[in-house]
Amino acid sequence: MQEKQQTQLKASPKSESAKFEEVLKNYEAVIGIETHVQLATLTKAFCSCPYNYGAQPNTSICPVCMGLPGALPVLNSKVIECAVKVGLALNCKLSLSSKFDRKQYFYPDLPKGYQISQFDIPIAAGGYIDVDLPVEFGGGHRKFGVTRVDLNRAGVPLLEIVSEPDMRTGIEAAEYAAELQRLVRYLGVSNGNMQEGSLRCDVNISVRPHGQPEFGTKVEIKNLNSFSSMSRAIDYEILRQAQLHSEGEAHQIVQETRLWEEGAQKTVTMRKKEGLADYRYFPEPDLPGVNLSEDYISTIHDSLPELPETKRRRYENLGLNMQDVLFLANDINVAAFFDATIATGADVKLAANWIMGDIAAYLKNEKLSINDIKLTPEELGELIASIKGGTISGKIGKEIADPSEIEKIVDRVIANNPKQLEQYRGGKTRLQGYFAGQVMKESKGKANPALLNKILLEKLNSKP
Amino acid sequence: MLSSAQAPRLLRSPAAATTTAAALTIKCLHTSPILTPAATSPSPSQILTTRKSLLSRQTSAVDLAKSFLQRLRRHEPQLSSFLYVSPDDVVLKQAEELDTKIKNNEEVGPLAGVLVGVKDNICTYDMPSTAGSRILENYRPPFDATAVRKLRDSGAIVVGKTNLDEFGMGSTTEGSAYQVTANPWDLSRVPGGSSGGSAAAVSARQCMVALGSDTGGSVRQPASFCGVVGLKPTYGRVSRYGLVAYASSLDVIGCFGSSVADAGILLHSISGFDNFDATSSKQEVPDYASQFVALEYLESKPLKGLRVGVIHETLENGVDSEVISSVRGAVSHLEELGCTVSEVSLPSFSLGLPAYYILASSESSSNLSRYDGVRFGNQVFGEELNSLYGDSRAEGLGSEVKMRILMGTYALSAGYYDAYYKRAQQVRTIIRNSFKDALEKNDILISPAAPSVAYKIGEKKNDPLAMYAGDIMTVNVNLAGLPALVLPCGFDGGSAGLPVGFQMIGAAFDEEKLLKIGHIFEQTLPGYSFVPPLVADEWTG
Repeated sequence: MQEKQQTQLKASPKSESAKFEEVLKNYEAVIGIETHVQLATLTKAFCSCPYNYGAQPNTSICPVCMGLPGALPVLNSKVIECAVKVGLALNCKLSLSSKFDRKQYFYPDLPKGYQISQFDIPIAAGGYIDVDLPVEFGGGHRKFGVTRVDLNRAGVPLLEIVSEPDMRTGIEAAEYAAELQRLVRYLGVSNGNMQEGSLRCDVNISVRPHGQPEFGTKVEIKNLNSFSSMSRAIDYEILRQAQLHSEGEAHQIVQETRLWEEGAQKTVTMRKKEGLADYRYFPEPDLPGVNLSEDYISTIHDSLPELPETKRRRYENLGLNMQDVLFLANDINVAAFFDATIATGADVKLAANWIMGDIAAYLKNEKLSINDIKLTPEELGELIASIKGGTISGKIGKEIADPSEIEKIVDRVIANNPKQLEQYRGGKTRLQGYFAGQVMKESKGKANPALLNKILLEKLNSKP
Repeated sequence: MLSSAQAPRLLRSPAAATTTAAALTIKCLHTSPILTPAATSPSPSQILTTRKSLLSRQTSAVDLAKSFLQRLRRHEPQLSSFLYVSPDDVVLKQAEELDTKIKNNEEVGPLAGVLVGVKDNICTYDMPSTAGSRILENYRPPFDATAVRKLRDSGAIVVGKTNLDEFGMGSTTEGSAYQVTANPWDLSRVPGGSSGGSAAAVSARQCMVALGSDTGGSVRQPASFCGVVGLKPTYGRVSRYGLVAYASSLDVIGCFGSSVADAGILLHSISGFDNFDATSSKQEVPDYASQFVALEYLESKPLKGLRVGVIHETLENGVDSEVISSVRGAVSHLEELGCTVSEVSLPSFSLGLPAYYILASSESSSNLSRYDGVRFGNQVFGEELNSLYGDSRAEGLGSEVKMRILMGTYALSAGYYDAYYKRAQQVRTIIRNSFKDALEKNDILISPAAPSVAYKIGEKKNDPLAMYAGDIMTVNVNLAGLPALVLPCGFDGGSAGLPVGFQMIGAAFDEEKLLKIGHIFEQTLPGYSFVPPLVADEWTG
């Protein structure tokens, strides 16, 4: 499946989890996430250079993205469209007029000495995201606030999504991020790939004793390359901070950026905050403000696909259990396959089982995506109908599982090969494989092997 | 009033003037003596005259180019208008191609054979584009600015790159990292700035027209100092793509010509929406030249009903009396052409200068961040990144530029932003609104182009505040984003006899009106020729 990062997470080892439970009795973590989503636009945000991940350095550049004197940025309208889609999908209020700002600092990969981003008027703000926690983590539905969605660090177009500090555990945070990934993939605005850096999450985390209204000192964690490392990094950091709290050493928690080290399974100091950086933001004079008409927004709204949350609720209403729901709705292509299958009238539960069982296993073994397989939803529907109707058994599905049918083929093969039969009966029992092969060939590979061998052996060994 | 004591500076061959005078006499001499054609006025449009003589085969593009190149080279040692002059063979080859086309009766563009000077902060792919800065020494852009591309598409020949104050920051062209340009009217004086090279070159007829850029008056003030026409278009009228940014919300590419007609024809060829500049306007570009009325067809009061507002605050203390009297003379002339004149007060006018210097410096501090020595221009090798940045900038940028970067960085810094940048933006809004109001009550507004005539080289070099104060007449127009036309209207009475220009400000995208009025004005203003004595004897217009 295309899903390279599984959203299903592995539970921490028992001892860790017990320790964690203990800590949560006394302390509460406050977690907020800043996500950068690299938009899958064909061209860069402010010029017509194509953007390809992994292209040779400096092969896709022009005066604009090189920041040559006299060159000017022109906004790629697709970028706005993507931002509006995400804003709508996150239930945000869209700013009908927003603007771009310059964020200034010197850096070698920043040709102009400033980024074009959005400072005080993001394109969308004040939304939320619905998350269903996995069953193995106790399940449950959560709603996490989204503060703002803005266009950030352009060149390659990035969307920044800032959450409210609404999460309390690593799992919640990872599920929030997984839901964002699902969302951007559903919307087709990004491939959401964490390894390529198309989806990057920086986590802000602080710990406070239960009942304390103000937040503790927050620490930022970077370098989180998967949801499970995100979850583990957060839990590690909660334990670290809670430990310091409980030892009366809370002052050792300082505002800093920490790096998650996957090898050591811990966070380490990357850099301490040395005062606030002054980016000298001011409105970008080279770009007019972004004005969105109600018409434009409603057109985009109408074109949105069914979103993960809606899909999950619909699947739930079909009578599927939460585990099935989460699996099917996780990948938009899998969900589409499922939807197309049940549209043929196939039994919902059987369709789910087929997709989650044999088909998923096959995809995993063959490293294929559901779009790559030859089986169509119509065929699966037909198959399910036949099984349900009793024509063929569910266990063996498309195989020929009818003994009388296999027997006919076996008889035919034996009759056509008298010489080999004679040799077999004369002691050359290795020829059983030859007969089995012939039967399989006759049945076009569909004969159930166990049944075939059983019948074949009976026939071969029966006294004439 | 126009000073009657002012002697005409140069008499033209009477023959040329007579025909038009005769035609006019029949029509309207009895009603309005003011419409006597200026006996000494040059041909209204070099571009139109050139076109006519090229198409009628009276002259060839090669001969024309040769005569300009000859004059350019003759005066260049004294003037230093150009930072780069295209080699003769490159220019002549383009002229030859035009001649061949004309010979074959192929169509040629409206600027066929017109030799254009281009300010060196406007990108040209085939010539260096230094913006007058060491940090871009020998830099050759891989592309033409949109305005330059359009010029070339119209058949114009770019003859060279003109001198300027570094990155357009200055009012004298002394701020160039390479050379000081002299004023053709008096070589000991500045040509104004920052487009001083373009103004001097057009004035000395080293090229026919020129492009400049105007962020706070950089086209209009040098036009006034050099006695040529300077046109600052509405913000968005001309694409800024390829204009090396100084202050992006104020920068516009502008036009220099020896006549209003030429400035207008030049503007027409470079205007219009550009996919490469998101701030360029989709507003239609009128054919300005079609609005021009030749002298012989003018009615007695051709500007009847036109409401002219004279900005009160621009004719007060701090403005040279000779300048005031010349501008008042121009106003009287407009009145005689039929305009209704009234005085307008813009109380926010004096706020423009501080607001301008804060906003322009703030934007420039950001725009000039790209000159870090990494990708282009001169690099000073450093042990580590910050010293590479620091040393490249320390060596590559001049003192005025550094001062503005520092001022702008300060104004945008946390804790100061509200007091400076934000306040200045609020002032900008007030100024924009006050101009809008005044231009609802008036068709055009009038002020001097500068508080003085051209001053001595070195006079204000060490007194930046005095130099900044000279921009008072022009900066408001950039803050409001409006078009303005500066044209010569007289001379100061002193022995130097330096030209004085006045400024007409129009409503946004109303260049057409400014050009139409200016065209009538210059044809009917009596008694003056604005060809500097330096080239008078070799210039036949």
